[in-house]
Amino acid sequence: MENTKDLTFEQAFEQLGEVVQQLESGELPLEQSLALFERGMALARLCEGRLDDAEQKVQKLVGSEAEGPVLAPFAEDE
Amino acid sequence: MRYSLHMRIHTVSQITRYIKELLGLDPILQDVWVEGEVSNCVLSSAGHMYLTLKDEKAQLSCVIWRSTVSTLEHLPADGDALMAHGRISVYEVQGRYQLYIDWLQPLGAGALFAQFEALKEKLRAEGLFDEQRKRLLPSFPQRLGVVSSPIGAALRDILNVLRRRYPLAQVVLAPTLVQGDQAPPQIVAAIEALNALPDIDVIIVARGGGSLEELWAFNDERVARAIFASRVPVVSGVGHETDYTIADFVADVRAPTPSAAAELAVPDQQVLRATIEQYRQNLSQLMGQRLARSRREMEQSRRLLSRSSPRMQVDRWRQNVDERRQRIITVEQHRVALMRERLSALQLSLHALSPRSTLQRGYAVVSQRDTSAIVSRCGDVTSGDGIEVQVSDGGFTAVVD
Repeated sequence: MENTKDLTFEQAFEQLGEVVQQLESGELPLEQSLALFERGMALARLCEGRLDDAEQKVQKLVGSEAEGPVLAPFAEDE
Repeated sequence: MRYSLHMRIHTVSQITRYIKELLGLDPILQDVWVEGEVSNCVLSSAGHMYLTLKDEKAQLSCVIWRSTVSTLEHLPADGDALMAHGRISVYEVQGRYQLYIDWLQPLGAGALFAQFEALKEKLRAEGLFDEQRKRLLPSFPQRLGVVSSPIGAALRDILNVLRRRYPLAQVVLAPTLVQGDQAPPQIVAAIEALNALPDIDVIIVARGGGSLEELWAFNDERVARAIFASRVPVVSGVGHETDYTIADFVADVRAPTPSAAAELAVPDQQVLRATIEQYRQNLSQLMGQRLARSRREMEQSRRLLSRSSPRMQVDRWRQNVDERRQRIITVEQHRVALMRERLSALQLSLHALSPRSTLQRGYAVVSQRDTSAIVSRCGDVTSGDGIEVQVSDGGFTAVVD
């Protein structure tokens, strides 16, 4: 199984749902079930951590150069 | 003239105030559209405008306050035909009812509503509003574009909602004017610029509430076509619940307000957290069940195993041998009993056949004394032979005559 660290929130959240579903089917050998359980718990922790740590980031388009749009940080009280 | 005891006399102010209040209660008069021709148009030194709207049979006094006058692109002049919106009330000082205009539009060539309807029909016929081309918004956008005024309440509302619901989403603001002639080209450029970024998942086009004229940029054909051409799905949130703009019809999703647009664009972290917690509980519960099942299976296997162990086998054989021995013993005992019975029966018949019982009935057995040969017929003896005679209780000798 791939490392959970590199997943986006969306990927982690969807995989978590899939893990629960797989475990629900109940047809898996014990060892595999245990591995799934641990992965599910790790994914749940990851999702919550992402939400806890999230800080809104706002940028604004300040113009268009030849290479493309230019972005700058935006503060609401600007 | 008749007088009554109950007669009540009003002052002019009182009755005028009463009339004013009466008009104020009428919902039609408080939100009315009137079309007519302008006359007696005067701009006061204070900046307010007074005019009369008339048709062939009647006229209506009108006032436009300075605050509204300043928003007008073209001041009305005598002879103009126009459509005005406002409320009707009483100017008490002159005892005159008048229309307090808050929005107006020259009739004929520039009538907004007709323009709006014509553009709507045209774009609808071209398929810009087709339901089947509307795209679903992504469930978990990572980067959101916002086309709005950088100083407007709409942007503040949107950022608040996004921060509260889903702070994971990054926001890229494409600042624009949202009213006036310059607004449409800026909005178009903003939508195009956001589309030029590689990773914008959804675009919110928003403006806070305002008059029909203030929202007019969102009824612009160029804006409509830019939304239609957007590679990225667009959510519109313009004005209040009751305002519908052309942009709303073209957008993939129409939200009633800027805040609602932000709510539609991202998931709610409260819901996500509850779902994650539910998943976690499911995982624990399912794992518990799975473990319990394995424990049961193990218990069952152990029972099966102990049943086939060597000691159990020996015990079983031992029991088997024992059973067989018992069976043999039983069979033998039975046979002995049977033989014993048969023996006694034989003894009985033997007894019946023995000569003794014949002798007891008076017969005798005669034998030659010398040879012990049994004499069973006359020819067996001659005169002078010694014989022995056996009777029931013994024997004696005799000589044949």
